Amino acid sequence: MKAFVLKGGGAIEPIVKVQEAVYKYTDYEEREITALDGVSLHVKKGEFLVIIGHNGSGKSTLAKHINAINRPDEGVVWVKGMDTRDESKVWDIRQTAGMVFQNPDNQLVATIVEEDVAFGPENLGIPPNKIRERVDEALRKVGMEDFAESAPHFLSGGQKQRVAIAGIIAMRPEIIILDEPTAMLDPAGRKEVMDTITYLNKEEGITIIHITHYMEEAINADRVIVMEAGKIVMEGTPREIFAKVEELKALGLDVPQITELAYELRKEGLDIPADILTAEEMVKALCP
Amino acid sequence: MPIKIENMSHVYMEGGPFEYKALDGINLEIQNGEFVGLIGHTGSGKSTLIQHLNGLLKPTSGSIEVNGIKIEHKSKQLKELRQKVGLVFQYPEHQLFEDTVYLDIAFGPKNLGCSPFEIEQRVKEAMELVGLDYESIKDRSPFELSGGQRRRVAIAGVLAMKPEILVLDEPTAGLDPRGRDEILGRIAQLHKKYNLTIILVSHSMEDIAKLVDRIIVMNKGKIALDGSPEEVFRHAKELNEMGLDVPNITHLVNRLREAGLELPDNIFTVERAKEEILRLLRGGFND
Repeated sequence: MKAFVLKGGGAIEPIVKVQEAVYKYTDYEEREITALDGVSLHVKKGEFLVIIGHNGSGKSTLAKHINAINRPDEGVVWVKGMDTRDESKVWDIRQTAGMVFQNPDNQLVATIVEEDVAFGPENLGIPPNKIRERVDEALRKVGMEDFAESAPHFLSGGQKQRVAIAGIIAMRPEIIILDEPTAMLDPAGRKEVMDTITYLNKEEGITIIHITHYMEEAINADRVIVMEAGKIVMEGTPREIFAKVEELKALGLDVPQITELAYELRKEGLDIPADILTAEEMVKALCP
Repeated sequence: MPIKIENMSHVYMEGGPFEYKALDGINLEIQNGEFVGLIGHTGSGKSTLIQHLNGLLKPTSGSIEVNGIKIEHKSKQLKELRQKVGLVFQYPEHQLFEDTVYLDIAFGPKNLGCSPFEIEQRVKEAMELVGLDYESIKDRSPFELSGGQRRRVAIAGVLAMKPEILVLDEPTAGLDPRGRDEILGRIAQLHKKYNLTIILVSHSMEDIAKLVDRIIVMNKGKIALDGSPEEVFRHAKELNEMGLDVPNITHLVNRLREAGLELPDNIFTVERAKEEILRLLRGGFND
């Protein structure tokens, strides 16, 4: 039996363990596609993990394995000790690990915000007075309590995504997986959603797994993993990952603009650190 | 095909309980061959505005003329105009429906009554313009292509109509950086090589900064700012209040300026920032 080595140390059992997961499917032309090709990953409780990689690299497939939408053909995925292949655990797993998707308009089902948020707890069979409590609490945590009685279609994209997140929070999950939640939002909406996710992670201790194409959204993560062709090809802190500008570009990915500028300036012979991530660091490097 | 809009307003559900003024007294002229970025937060009126450009919506008051044709009621001219103004909606690949890429792109020209030879020419040309290989892709199902390729098929379908004005609503939403760069590169080429008038709607200030000559900022149904990227991105505070932003690199340059670096206040791309910083520092070393 292979022993697990915990990245980042600590004796606490990781909340998500993916061990040698392989997932295959057949496409329109009956070709076999290996979407996950032996992925192993541990996610610590309370961690803020960002997954990047181009479309088709396996990011979303990996995410779907963590709330048992997909199950591995080979290998095992455990969520809080529950094996996702165990049919009897599916609802417990989905309550533990909630998922938010890209398009806010496809996720809201009710005509009133609070009814939408109540949908999850109702399905869990929570008594009505407790549902009220959970809905109010969830809307407060995403800062949407003033919109409890609004109709979702009058909300902005960022507000809709926050309601979708509230719907997940009302299930009291320990993990929230977000699959490009900001892709369709304007800059203000993107900021609202990122502030909400950060709050839930830092203040509420919820484990976040965030998939994104916006590299700026990865800067404050605890850890970044990069996927390519169904494998994890890079892993590290944002600083470690984004210092590898050329590797990322070869994978068709971006680096944050500030890191890119630092890289370009270094290429021109300027003596500044290679792993500059923020404006403060750049100011310090250029204006000593 | 110049666009001329005078005091145009659009009210949804006029007189009803949900009456909503989406456009409020718009005045705007766009000349042939301009590359315009249209920005504004969700609900600012951008989509309503672009749907007026080919007559999908008609103004409630005021007027709009495209190439001298007034858009007001059904007429033969309006049909002609729709060929000349190509609208690429958000997630256009959701509108693909044919069995093969060829048939999907041929759909428009076929409806225009083009000859089979002309249709084939147009499909070939449109695929070339978006960077799809004709021989290897024409017979494939659009549904087995990658997201970025599907989107290019959808854009090719609009280009096969030979528009003179191309309007794209968030053409890179949901694409990865490589897919985004491919599409934006093709759009830039259409502008440069064929002098197409292009109106690009985007939430990415970085993309806008890299491409366009002119930015129109919409807020609450009005035009809030209109000018070159240099002029518009000087208004960081106003843009912020409108739920928008300046490119990240502009934030950085503003910080560097505050810290005493004498950089110009009109930098909004990484390339420019690099040039100016090097000029400044190297100039300093030479003294």
